[in-house]
Amino acid sequence: MARLLQELVESFRIAFGQIRANALRSVLTALGVIIGIVAVTLMGTAINGIDIGFNRSLAMLGEDVLYVQRWPWRRVDDWWNYVNRPPLEVETAERLNRVIEATPGSLLEIAVPVATRGTSVRAGELRLAGVMLFGTTGDYSRIVTTDVVEGRMFNDVEASVGRPVCVLGSAVAENLFPGRSALDQTVQLRGERYTVIGVLAKQGEFLGLFSFDNQIVAPLNAVRRQTGARPNLELRVKVRDKTKLAAAEEELIGAMRRVRGQLPGERDNFSINQQQAFKEQLDPIKAGIALAGLFITGLSLFVGAIGIMNITFVSVKERTKEIGTRKALGARRRTILLQFLIEAVSICLIGGLVGLGVTLAASLVLATLLPALPIAFSPGLMAVSVLVSILTGVVSGFAPAWGASRLDPVVALRYE
Amino acid sequence: MSAPPVLPASARRPARVPGDVVIRIEGVTKLYRMGAETIHALRGVNLEIRRNEYLAIMGPSGSGKSTLMNMLGCLDTPSAGRYDFNGKDVARMVDDELAEIRNREIGFVFQTFNLLPRSDALHNVELPLIYAGLRPAVRRERALGALRNVGLGDRIHHKPNEMSGGQRQRVAIARALVNHPSILLADEPTGNLDSRTGEEIMALFEDLYEQGHTIIVVTHEEDIARHARRVVRLRDGLIESDGPIP
Repeated sequence: MARLLQELVESFRIAFGQIRANALRSVLTALGVIIGIVAVTLMGTAINGIDIGFNRSLAMLGEDVLYVQRWPWRRVDDWWNYVNRPPLEVETAERLNRVIEATPGSLLEIAVPVATRGTSVRAGELRLAGVMLFGTTGDYSRIVTTDVVEGRMFNDVEASVGRPVCVLGSAVAENLFPGRSALDQTVQLRGERYTVIGVLAKQGEFLGLFSFDNQIVAPLNAVRRQTGARPNLELRVKVRDKTKLAAAEEELIGAMRRVRGQLPGERDNFSINQQQAFKEQLDPIKAGIALAGLFITGLSLFVGAIGIMNITFVSVKERTKEIGTRKALGARRRTILLQFLIEAVSICLIGGLVGLGVTLAASLVLATLLPALPIAFSPGLMAVSVLVSILTGVVSGFAPAWGASRLDPVVALRYE
Repeated sequence: MSAPPVLPASARRPARVPGDVVIRIEGVTKLYRMGAETIHALRGVNLEIRRNEYLAIMGPSGSGKSTLMNMLGCLDTPSAGRYDFNGKDVARMVDDELAEIRNREIGFVFQTFNLLPRSDALHNVELPLIYAGLRPAVRRERALGALRNVGLGDRIHHKPNEMSGGQRQRVAIARALVNHPSILLADEPTGNLDSRTGEEIMALFEDLYEQGHTIIVVTHEEDIARHARRVVRLRDGLIESDGPIP
């Protein structure tokens, strides 16, 4: 044990002596590792960022909200089982709420009907297309997390009589009323005039697909006048305790079956959706991106590793006579193996640390220049890249070091 | 200062009485395969070396001199025959066991000194002690002692390229002796030195012999061999003659 310690100390001493003595060579070799580590860690940072952005987007759907809809949030191959499902109505929500109220200790809080459709909106000369219009009741504010930053949400009375009032998403407000307040202004939705009574807080994009800020919320009974009697309706059900989501979902299925009067053994004629389902859908895609990205960047690290292996072979060749001398003086195989392994690992570790520094700097610069880009540099990533550089050193240094440790001392001493 | 006259060692001092057997070699052969050809480097060598002997091994190139030296130094093992070192059967040992014997029992002195170029004298001398697993403080003290013993107490932080050939060989001798080995094995120790410096090194060997060390010098120079008390001559893989200096 004491001997191993002395040998390790000696090995590090030799390694740093060698690196100093062959400075240019060591720097060039380390450069390969630096580039590799930068590529891998930048990729890791990006993947981390995507993950965070993804979770942030999912949270917009509401972590404690279950969606009752006709179709599930996944691809279905048996569309004929879904296409004839009865539509969801405002009465469905009312009856569901009565069931929830009648259930003692219910895990569900409230069901809110929401009609969704794409529309265009006008204010004076400005016209905005591709806006999501949500028609809902006064309970809407209980199920969404977004705050109304200006004005207010419409109340139950306004909702039930269908007064033409609306709350704008922040992007809609900015685009239609640039540089001024949207409050009390009039917008035209499909020819009907609505008064703006509130503006929502900024939320950001959902998976970069569409913006949650590009929406308008209005009373369902007002919207209905334009969408017809049977709009595309969904029920959003708020759960009291988001840690009991699975149990709440079970309860919701039971309640919905009662509302629908379904017989035992009959298949559900509705779907319960939640953000978790999205996650399950997108996780494999995310993993695929991560795998492909890490594989491609891993190749550059592999090239760096080959450089290390090459330089260690050269180092062993150059110092064959020294190896012979050391063996004559009592160095064992392990000693020689360690010496060259530590040399390879040291270069890799230095390269890895420099690479990590470069990545850190690069991600700081990127975060300043492009704040929208989700970038996250984590301590876990740091630990992993240090481990990866050590591993690279061990893997690439092993073959030459093993060869050196097996040299015949007689042959090595005679080598010129 | 002129070089001391070279006299036969026996004329200078009476031969000392040798001690216990350190090395016993019986019927040792060594074969090398060179492609289809088999070379018999040693064809059955018997040799006994006792404590505090001063031995020279001589022979022309191809006589098996180097092979015998590698064998004695436990750098190589015989193809057949017995080799006992301090009563231990070395012939059947594996690499790491041989490394242990070399570390503890054998001090090597090479023709080309074989010092680590980027390490100072002190670290070079400490090297065998590192492989023996000694603590830094102990190592330093013993290495200092060994360097003083060869007259280099004031050169401990010099690198090999800052020293003369004779000084480098002294560092190598200090390194060979630092772990108190049973034998000092020198391969053409004066081969890379001018004759005056060579004589200085041989005088140092004489001192070490007087201190009780066992010394084996492998050489092809009669002048060098004459310093020893006993000469073993090899020819064609066999011992041709073995006896005291006439």
